[in-house]
Amino acid sequence: MPIKTIRQAINDTLRSEMRRDSTVVIIGEDVAGGAGSDGIDDAAGGVFGVTKGLVGEFGRERVIDTPISEAGFIGMAAGAACTGLRPVVELMFFDFIGVCFDQIYNQMAKFRYMFGGKTDTPIVVRAMVGAGLRAAAQHSNMLHPLVASIPGLKVVMPSNAYDAKGLLLTAIRDNDPVIFLEHKTLYDTSCEVPDEEYLIPFGQAAFTREGSDITIVSMSSMVLRCNEVADKLAAEGIYADVIDLRTVSPIDEGAVLESVEVSGRLVIVDEANERCSMASEISSIVAEKAFHSLRAPIAKVAAPHSPVPFSPSLEDIYVPTAARIEDAVRATLEA
Amino acid sequence: MALQETQILEAYRTMRTIREFEERVTAEFEKGGIPGFVHVYDGQEAVATGACMHLTKDDYVGSTHRGHGHCIAKGCDIKGMMAEIMGRATGLCRGKGGSMHIADIDQGMLGANAIVGGAPPLAIGAALSAKTLGTKNLSLSFTGDGGSNQGTVFESMNLAVVLQLPTIFMYENNGYGEHTGAAYAVGCGDIAGRAEAFGMPALRVDGLDFFAVYEAMQEAVDRARSGGGPTAIEASAVRFNGHFIGDPQLYRGEGELDRLRRDSDCLKIFSKRVIGDKLLKKSQLNAIDREVAVLIDSAVEEGFAAPFPAESELLTDVYSNY
Repeated sequence: MPIKTIRQAINDTLRSEMRRDSTVVIIGEDVAGGAGSDGIDDAAGGVFGVTKGLVGEFGRERVIDTPISEAGFIGMAAGAACTGLRPVVELMFFDFIGVCFDQIYNQMAKFRYMFGGKTDTPIVVRAMVGAGLRAAAQHSNMLHPLVASIPGLKVVMPSNAYDAKGLLLTAIRDNDPVIFLEHKTLYDTSCEVPDEEYLIPFGQAAFTREGSDITIVSMSSMVLRCNEVADKLAAEGIYADVIDLRTVSPIDEGAVLESVEVSGRLVIVDEANERCSMASEISSIVAEKAFHSLRAPIAKVAAPHSPVPFSPSLEDIYVPTAARIEDAVRATLEA
Repeated sequence: MALQETQILEAYRTMRTIREFEERVTAEFEKGGIPGFVHVYDGQEAVATGACMHLTKDDYVGSTHRGHGHCIAKGCDIKGMMAEIMGRATGLCRGKGGSMHIADIDQGMLGANAIVGGAPPLAIGAALSAKTLGTKNLSLSFTGDGGSNQGTVFESMNLAVVLQLPTIFMYENNGYGEHTGAAYAVGCGDIAGRAEAFGMPALRVDGLDFFAVYEAMQEAVDRARSGGGPTAIEASAVRFNGHFIGDPQLYRGEGELDRLRRDSDCLKIFSKRVIGDKLLKKSQLNAIDREVAVLIDSAVEEGFAAPFPAESELLTDVYSNY
C-alpha cells in the first residue's frame, strides 16, 4: 500500500475529485501562483505546495488564483456554491478568517436555513491551523471552536493522511459548507493511504489507541502527542483509549461517552485557547451525560489564554506538550 | 431595441405591484400584523423593474435588506413573499427567513441580504458559475449608496474585473444610508466614478426613469452576455420612507418627503410618459391597478390565514444531511 504524506493525500484527492466532477474548482490566493508574472505558471501551488501541479492538468479556469481579497473571494465561492459549482476555496492561514468572517458566518452557514431548505451550499473552505512554526500571533491560531459553534457549518480536522483523504472526499461531496482544517506541522507526516476510494463519515471518531484505564480525547496534531503518551504508559501496563474526534462538528459524543463509561477517567487535549475550547465542550458533555461514570475530575490540557507567542521559548510552552499531557493523565489516574 | 406594448404593460404591472405591495406591508406593519424589521422599497420601483426586465429565470440577482422590490421584479411569488414577511409556514422560505432574507434560488433570486454590501460577493460567485460552466447567464447585484462604501463591494468589483465575470453592479443611490446622507458618507461623491476606477465601464442614469434604466441595462447585459465583463450602473433614486417602517426620519429637510412624492414619483413619471407618447392608454393602466389591488388583497388575506411554522421546523434545514 502506498505511503503518503498529508500534503500528497490532499493533492491526490483534489485531483481525483476534479477529474470525477467538472464542477469542482479550486479558488484562492496563489493556489497556482505565477499569474501576471514573467515566471512559470504553477509558481506556488499554495503556501506549502498542497495544490501544486493541479493548474497544469485543469487550467486556470478551474484552479483560480485570486487577488489577496478574502472577503471577496470567499463570498464569491459561497455564491458559486449555490449556483452550480462545488468550490474548494483556500483561506490560507485560518487566522485570516477575521477579514472574511461574515461570508462564512452570516452567508454560507445560514443560506439553507434562511431560505427554507431550498438551497444546497456545497463548499469546502480549506485552511491551515496551528502553532509550531514560529509564525507568531496572526498565522498560528487554531480557532476551530469558533466555527464549531456555528450552526450550518461542519468542521473537519484530520490528524493523518489516511483520514485526510477519506474526510476530504466526504467534504467535497457533502452539500453543506465544510471547514477543512489542516495542521501545518502535519503536512510531512505520512502513513499508508489506499489508492481506492473510501469516504469517512462525519461525526465518527477513531480510536487510535485502545485501553480501559483512561480516556484521552483529542483532534488534529495533538492526537500524535496523545498517542506518544499512551504508548509510554502502555509500556508500564496502563492502557488508554485515545479518541481522535476527526470532526469537531458534528461531534461523536457516543464514542466519548462509551469510553468514559468504561474508564471513568477523562483527559481532553486541545491546542485551542482553553476558554470556550473543544476541551471545554467535551468536558461539559461528559459532565452532563456521564457524570456518574466519572471516578476522577475531568482534566483539560489546552493552550493558555494568550495570543500565540513568537519566541521559540514561549511558543514551545504555549502548545500542549507530551510532558504536560502525561502529567495530566497521571494526575487523573491517581485522583 | 424598442419596447413592445406588452413589455411596457408588464413594466407598469411590476412597478405597480411593488408600490401596492410595499404600501400594504407598511399599513399591516403599522397595525401590528407583521413582526420584525421591515425596510420598504417604494419610490425606487423603476430601478428594480428596468434592471430585472432584461433577465431570465436563469440569471441571478443578489439583493439588499430593502429587497422586496428586487424579488418582485425577479419574479418571486407575491403570495409566498407576503406570507414570508408575516412569518408563515406558507412563506417562500417557510417563514424562516423573513423580510430581510426572502430568497428563491429557483427564480434566480439569491436573497435579500441583511448585511449591507452582502450581495456583490455572492453575485460575482453566480457569475463565476456561469462563466465556468459556459452558460450565457449573468448576475446582477443591487447595492445602495450606503452599501457602496463596504469593503466587500470594492473587493467584488476588483475580482469581477480580474476574472472578467459576466456581472452587473447596480448602485441605487437614494440619498441615504440608514439615517446618514450619501453626500456625507460617499467620500468622493461619485459611486460610478469609483467603479470606473476599478477598471469597468460605469453608467450614470436617472433612476426615476424606467426607460433610462432599461436602456443602460441593455448595454450592460449585452456586454456581460458577450464575454465583455462587468459593468457598473449608478441610478439616482429616492426613498419614499424611512430606513425602516417606523423611522421618524428626523434627518429629512422640511417638506422634503412631500416634494419627493409630488415631483419624483417614478410611477407618475412613467404614466405621464406612456400616456403622453401614446404608448398606452389610461384605461390600460387603470385595469392593471385594479388587478394588482386584488392580488395584494388576496396575498394579505391568505397570509394572515396561513399557519405559523410548526415547532418541529426549528431544527430542520440547518444542514442538508446530519
